Amino acid sequence: MSSPAVTDAGHGLADGEWHRLHPASPLLRGGLVLLGVLGFIIANLRERVIDVFLVLVAPGGDEGFPGSPDGDDWAGDPIDAIVANGLVGWALVAVAVVLVVLIVGFWLSWRMHTFRVTHEAVEVRSGILFRSHRSARLDRVQGINVSRPVFARLFGTAKLDISVAGQSGNVQLAYLGSAAADRLRGDVLRLASGIRSQRAAAPAAASVGDDHLALGGMPAGADAATGVPAAGGVPGGIPPGTRAGALVGRRMEEFLAPELDPGLAPPESVVHLPAGRVVASTLLGGATVWFAIIAVVIAVGLSTGAFWVLFTFVPAAIGLVSYVWSRITKSLRYSIAGTPDGVRIGHGLLSTANQTIPPGRVHAVEATQWLLWRAFGWWSVRINLAGQSLSGNNEQVQRTLVLPVGTIADVHRVLGLLLPDAAAAVDPLVDAGLTGGGGDAGFTQPPRRAAWLRPFSWRRTGWASAAGIVLVRRGVLLRRLVLVPLARMQSVAIEVGPVRRALGLAALRVHTVAGPVTAVVPVVARSEADAAFERLAHEAVVRAAGDHSERWGASAHAS
Amino acid sequence: MPDPLAHEHDVEGDGAPSVPAREPIAAPPVPDVAGEVRAEGPAGAAVTAAPARTAPDDTGWRRVSPKYVVVEVVGSLIGTAVLVGGLLIVNALFDLTWAVWIAVAVGIAALIGIAFEPRRVRSIGYRLRADDLVFRRGIMFQRQVAVPYGRMQLVDITRGPVARALGLADLRFVTAAAATAVTLPGLPLEDAESLRDELVALAETRRAGL
Repeated sequence: MSSPAVTDAGHGLADGEWHRLHPASPLLRGGLVLLGVLGFIIANLRERVIDVFLVLVAPGGDEGFPGSPDGDDWAGDPIDAIVANGLVGWALVAVAVVLVVLIVGFWLSWRMHTFRVTHEAVEVRSGILFRSHRSARLDRVQGINVSRPVFARLFGTAKLDISVAGQSGNVQLAYLGSAAADRLRGDVLRLASGIRSQRAAAPAAASVGDDHLALGGMPAGADAATGVPAAGGVPGGIPPGTRAGALVGRRMEEFLAPELDPGLAPPESVVHLPAGRVVASTLLGGATVWFAIIAVVIAVGLSTGAFWVLFTFVPAAIGLVSYVWSRITKSLRYSIAGTPDGVRIGHGLLSTANQTIPPGRVHAVEATQWLLWRAFGWWSVRINLAGQSLSGNNEQVQRTLVLPVGTIADVHRVLGLLLPDAAAAVDPLVDAGLTGGGGDAGFTQPPRRAAWLRPFSWRRTGWASAAGIVLVRRGVLLRRLVLVPLARMQSVAIEVGPVRRALGLAALRVHTVAGPVTAVVPVVARSEADAAFERLAHEAVVRAAGDHSERWGASAHAS
Repeated sequence: MPDPLAHEHDVEGDGAPSVPAREPIAAPPVPDVAGEVRAEGPAGAAVTAAPARTAPDDTGWRRVSPKYVVVEVVGSLIGTAVLVGGLLIVNALFDLTWAVWIAVAVGIAALIGIAFEPRRVRSIGYRLRADDLVFRRGIMFQRQVAVPYGRMQLVDITRGPVARALGLADLRFVTAAAATAVTLPGLPLEDAESLRDELVALAETRRAGL
């Protein structure tokens, strides 16, 4: 790629040209670790460095440190060996070479890491020796996540994570200027929504003009020309450009698509999550039970004199505390709101994350209530999204949790956002699904013999359907209500084992993409299961054929 | 609401004795019509949203090749032989008599399993309907799955050494849900290939978003 075509990040990023990331990104991605390691080494070698200086000032003989009283203890120490053999100069050269290689490597990796957003896909090229070219089709975008870790926030940058269908198929743009990331998110969603005819005509000229304004004194390749290493030269240089770009970009968006601009009128969160409820609900969660168990084990261990338990269980308790702490800080400042480009969920106190799920990407929704939460009427809501692996890391778990804790009214509102088309038809069923039991409000009930398999929850186990959504409710200790849009259903199955066959029962499963939510009716009368199987299999095909939410904007625009 | 699925339909007509053997599957309340040809009720293709598409006729239930029994039997014989051999070696080396008894038990269990193998293979069935493929298998643990054609992401043919010697192949369907897990074993190779092409074409015409 010739350098003039590549422009620096900061404005109009979705114009189909190749752009670079924020210049501080190598530092943020890997450099901080390097600095930390260096700091650690220096802190540990402080005394040794002094010794080295002494040796340099008054070089001794070949014996090493003649004055050192405990020379034997330091035998085998690499630094001693170096000093003893008179290799100090070489060692310094080696360190310098390593540093230069690292800095050049960082700079090169920044130079070679480019991305572009076309009307079809988001493409990223990276790598110095082994080039990789990754492209994500826009119509398969499952969600966009803007996260700002603490360090990135200090630099005014953000990480953009575009998740597409398929395991580990995410395209990550780390890091971009904070405002640029928000704008790029809007642009990608707008392109993905299929509205481009409107965009292509007049605004193109305007955006070109704006680009020149925004660029100002930052022509492409300025860093290369001056030879200033990227990490050092830029943090002072780029903010004016970014800010001007943000300003111009905002103007541009107002002009282009006022009805689509989520930034113009910041969406009001439909759920208010008091900090007290976050803390209380986390303390009443499963972690507390584990904490109690560990405390009992430690107490028993101490009373019986088995002090080894301290070494195994105290670290576990500390880990648990840090887990609870991270749960709480991540759930603080939670907001969820509907925008024309999808549901936007934000959360986080120190490291913030901001996720947008475009319409029609929700494959399954589950509201759960644990036993200890029942007295307070609290529920949490999780979803299945394509492109999430089952054994996801912490970040992915956070992404599938759309409501950390809320009341029934909050659950209604969140469901209305997640399943907008069917919300009106499903809403009357939700209350019965969350707390009801028996054959009320359209939910089926298994025959009494199901109590052999589900002694407590058989009354609650049942399913209903409305407006192309299957609702499955089950569980008493852990109450669950699962909603699956049939347009997203992958397949449906009946399973009958020997016990269920003897009882005339079956298990009905609705398969969705992998995620924290599984839709299964564990006990249902066999005849009813057969009927449901046929009905779901048929309705899923009809609903999928009539569903065009992957290009949600195009249909809305056409109508 | 469509009629309940007909549980018995012997298309190939190879194994007449199979029909009564599966009677207990149907639960009493199901009006089970053994040998009913077309259980495709009101839910058939007529109501489907896209009548213009090429809809295949309902094929009824099809079986996999009876030769697939050989593949299963060889597989379980090899597994049993390894296990029994290992136990006998343990006995010979350490003089542990209980190992012999376990070996005998394993052998008997394997023989019983092999005796049921033809029934198990006969229980594997698939059916191409207007809009989806229905697959079922199992006699003790029965499983029945419906996969809409538009949901198939990948159709894969795999062949093990024994199956290859017999001219058989396995057809595997992958959807976006890992739990779907549908594998049609023991199809004659040319059937498997034509079925794959047919299914890929069907999936292409009904391709929906995820």
